[in-house]
Amino acid sequence: MSSSLNASEIESATKAALQAISATPDLDSLKQVKIDFIGEKSALALANRALGTLSPEEKSTFGKIIGAARSEVNAAFEKRTLELEAERDARVLLEERVDVTMPARKVLKGGLHPLTILTNEISDLFIGLGYQVADGPELESEWLNFDALNIPADHPARTMQDTFFVEPLAARLVMRTHTSPVQIRTMLKNEPPIYVICPGRTYRADELDATHTPVFSQVEGLVIDRGITMGDLKGTLDYFARAMFGPDVKTRLRPSFFPFTEPSAEVDFFFNGRWVEWGGCGMVNPKVLRACGIDTDEFSGFAFGMGLERTLMVRHGITDMHDIVEGDIRFTQAFGTGF
Amino acid sequence: MKAPLSWLREYAAIPYDITAEQLENAFVSVGFEVESIDIQGAELTGPLVVAQVVEIEELKEHKKPIRYVGLDCGEGLTRHVICGAQNFAVGDLVVAALPGAVLPGNFAISARETYGKTSNGMICSARELGISDEHSGIIVLAPDGAAIGSDAVEPLQINDWIVDVAVNPDRGYALSIRGLARELAASLAVKYSDPAAAVDASRYPINSDGVQISIDDSSAASVAYIRTIDGYNPTAHTPLWMRRRIEKCGMRAISLAVDITNYVMLELGQPLHAFDRTKVSGSLHIRRAGSDVSIKTLDGQVRKLAPEDLLVADEKQPLALAGTMGGEFSEVTDSTTSMAIEAARFNPMDIAKNSRRHKLSSEASRRLERTVDPSLAEIASARAVALMCELGGAHHLGSAVAGEPRFAPVVTINPTAISELLGLDLPLALVREKLLTVGCDVKENSETSWEIDPPSWRFDLEVLPDFAEEVARMVGYDAIPTRLPVGKSGASLTPAQKRRRSIADLFAHSGFSEVYNYPFISQAMLDDLGFTGKRAAAFRIANPMSEDFPLLRTHILPGLLQAAVRNQSRGAKNVALFEIGTIFRNWNELPALPEISTSSRPSPSDEQRIYDGVPDQPTMIGGVVLGQLSHAGWWGKGSTFDWSDAIAAVVRIVESTGHVATVHASDFAPWHPGRCAEIRVGDIAVGHAGELHPRVIEKLGLPPRSTAFASILTAIPESGVVPAPQVWTMPAAVQDVALVVDSKVSSADLQSALIEGAGELLESITLFDRYDKMGEGKISLAYSMVFRAADRTLTAAEVSAFREAAVAVAAERYGATVRA
Repeated sequence: MSSSLNASEIESATKAALQAISATPDLDSLKQVKIDFIGEKSALALANRALGTLSPEEKSTFGKIIGAARSEVNAAFEKRTLELEAERDARVLLEERVDVTMPARKVLKGGLHPLTILTNEISDLFIGLGYQVADGPELESEWLNFDALNIPADHPARTMQDTFFVEPLAARLVMRTHTSPVQIRTMLKNEPPIYVICPGRTYRADELDATHTPVFSQVEGLVIDRGITMGDLKGTLDYFARAMFGPDVKTRLRPSFFPFTEPSAEVDFFFNGRWVEWGGCGMVNPKVLRACGIDTDEFSGFAFGMGLERTLMVRHGITDMHDIVEGDIRFTQAFGTGF
Repeated sequence: MKAPLSWLREYAAIPYDITAEQLENAFVSVGFEVESIDIQGAELTGPLVVAQVVEIEELKEHKKPIRYVGLDCGEGLTRHVICGAQNFAVGDLVVAALPGAVLPGNFAISARETYGKTSNGMICSARELGISDEHSGIIVLAPDGAAIGSDAVEPLQINDWIVDVAVNPDRGYALSIRGLARELAASLAVKYSDPAAAVDASRYPINSDGVQISIDDSSAASVAYIRTIDGYNPTAHTPLWMRRRIEKCGMRAISLAVDITNYVMLELGQPLHAFDRTKVSGSLHIRRAGSDVSIKTLDGQVRKLAPEDLLVADEKQPLALAGTMGGEFSEVTDSTTSMAIEAARFNPMDIAKNSRRHKLSSEASRRLERTVDPSLAEIASARAVALMCELGGAHHLGSAVAGEPRFAPVVTINPTAISELLGLDLPLALVREKLLTVGCDVKENSETSWEIDPPSWRFDLEVLPDFAEEVARMVGYDAIPTRLPVGKSGASLTPAQKRRRSIADLFAHSGFSEVYNYPFISQAMLDDLGFTGKRAAAFRIANPMSEDFPLLRTHILPGLLQAAVRNQSRGAKNVALFEIGTIFRNWNELPALPEISTSSRPSPSDEQRIYDGVPDQPTMIGGVVLGQLSHAGWWGKGSTFDWSDAIAAVVRIVESTGHVATVHASDFAPWHPGRCAEIRVGDIAVGHAGELHPRVIEKLGLPPRSTAFASILTAIPESGVVPAPQVWTMPAAVQDVALVVDSKVSSADLQSALIEGAGELLESITLFDRYDKMGEGKISLAYSMVFRAADRTLTAAEVSAFREAAVAVAAERYGATVRA
């Protein structure tokens, strides 16, 4: 059987195929080109099929020629396909363009109250220092809120002007005036060392105005350990202040008076050109430690307490307490879920 | 306390070039907050002269009375000025600003035409000179107060700084120039001379010639002096320097006798009271009111006495509410020539109670309730006598004393422990020096044992930390080096805290805004929401901010609903709020809590009694949605947040804790009785949700069909370790079934029946359709059931058998039939 294959025919079929591929204007016509020049009935496919009829030598020779030709055509086809797809994409996807700047929010914006965000931030800060976060009841025993804190029965804080008393009075329950009763509960229930912060809602009979609210929030800290000094208190407050108000914030302690600490101090921080009163602090009064059964020869400790509303107001430039207490969604929404 | 710098300088060698900032810092660093420093006289330039009124012409044709006043300003002529004040007469000495003078507020004085006359200057009030707020009339000087025509700036001591210092309750001694000067001198490390040391009390020896005194209740006072003077000239005037000092301290000058008692109190800190001796019958007694009914005090009020009230009384009647206010009967008047001057060191507690019971806080009670130096009763009374003699022409008749001063006990401390507590290494010599500075006497037994005798004016120095504070404030708190202690490893939030945080995040991320409402509510709110019985059992605040809101919330919703209304009234159409907070339920009778000592840890039974006396206070989350959570926009319509979304919110809360929630029909205020669900974990009801009752919606003015939900977070059990599900990968087979049942059958119950019948290979079941219009009280519920086996593809025959088994249970339990 004589050879039905001819090298020059293969070459011209290859040329024709390459030419047709490169001349194809779009993806639709490319499909026909594929049928005509690559498909089963294309010249090169037919030639390939004819290889089976050839002698081993010819098979080898033409096999290589046809193989090379088909690879070249296939490669050209792939390349042209990619080119035409890119052209189509550029055209069609451009037509599908939308205005992505239209408002995308289809659900109301929500948010955490900034007091929650601040509480979380402070809790995380102190957890990082090895403190536990302690909670306690808001309607609290007078013994825990006052007596155990060395606040005597005739102390001005215990008058009706400052403290909300709850009926029946004989039960001696008050709306806690600070979160210090949580400190007492913690000391009664745990052996030292104690490292704890107590965030929470507190109550004092102040009229609501731009800077006061009868219901407010505090965070207190308490450390009881061996060898705790006032230097530890200062270091902790500095660390806390820097986390709240920035790495360069200055603090100062001023001697002051609280029944539950001795020495006592007020802590101020310097912000926007003025000293701002932040909270009270001091070394835990031994009378308080004794009421909680802590050995004052072995242990000493410090405590501090700050108002969260004031911290927020200063840090975020909130000028009116009403915004914090009134529950307007526009206020909460602005804070999202984190600072 | 307001203190003029000029007076402080008399006892403390304050540098003359001190700045206001330095002065403030000096007080602050030793523990005295400075409220203000008022620099007087800086805005005033003369000529300001002492003038005598020589003639007054009343001008009556104006709307208010106006005087045309002739003044002798020492110029050899009469200067005429217009004046609106009426509190002076011909012959009075006044203060005149002459043309060329500039008064505070850049008020330049010049000759000008007014009220039809030429006014050649101005007669000044204290406020116009910037030295007090007094503006009810012009300043009238005592007749012999100053020379006519002389400069008035110096005698009026106009150029001065007034420091207003806040004094903490443990430092009563600093409510005096003596105390403040001492603190300031110590802070500035300058010389201090004690004005009390300058008083020679031995000039007025104790004898029986004057009024006598006794302390009938020894708990009420430790020492009391009474000194009697005679021959006092009731027309004598308070010298200008004394009057000005009293005024600068924020008090008013009244009469020489009263002014002297006030002056000595301001100077030394010891309140004094002067009785008109002719009104005193027999001896004075410091005693309880007992059966005495009332006393009319100096302010003209008749005060009903309590038996425990502490009084100063004579043999006949109460003469003064001790340490608080004198009585009108024995008041010093403008004809008094003989006085009994009392100075006592009362028990501070008794004065505090006097003051509180009678709602009467006076300059005297403020000092006495903070404790006064017991050595001052003798000294201050002697000082007052000296001034009465010197300025009022009186002579000492006799003095009497009862009791004796009692001082704070000597304390032994280990001085090295001061450095240890402060974390500041201080040489013992420095510790000693600072203790001396604050007035302690120190006896050094050894390097670790000092006997310290606190000064007579301190009663708060009892234990080591008290002395540590004194040393620290004298060294300066700034000197203490900082150290950051680190607590225990493994600290973390508790599971309850983590739950609260994650649920708050869940809602904040789903379009809800968190709020914090006051927990104070009204009875009307409870009634409006339909709370009754246990759910209305609220605690009552004995002294609420407002009588309208005396109750503590028993549920989270009242405040939330009001916050929603507030948002709506401010124009918000779509409002989604949530709050997590404490609720207070007055469910159990609370036992009386007895006094429990704090000198040591309470006994276990007392400790338990304290805990048991505090009611359990659950944490509740609530949410309210008005309008749409997914709102309308360019994308199309929004979707209303309906009862089903509210229920889903509680289901999400439960699922977020790792539990399975079941939903049950409920009828619970404040919800719509037919559109309220109770959500349970196992058998525990943990929340309610649905559409609000139409009556509640109407009452609050909310949009129709507003919804709410609430859940007690502390009622949802801790979930523990959640077992992993089996994730099978063989193909699933889906079977849909539509069942017809009585409309009273709940979809959850029907679904439970299907689940029970479908067998173990049921992977999930979903209600995908509900048709209410079947008629005859029937409804159709269509479920899609997905079956899957672990090890094989289920055959059609198998899954139909499962479906039929499921339907069979539904049919048996609820009469369900497959919808044709």
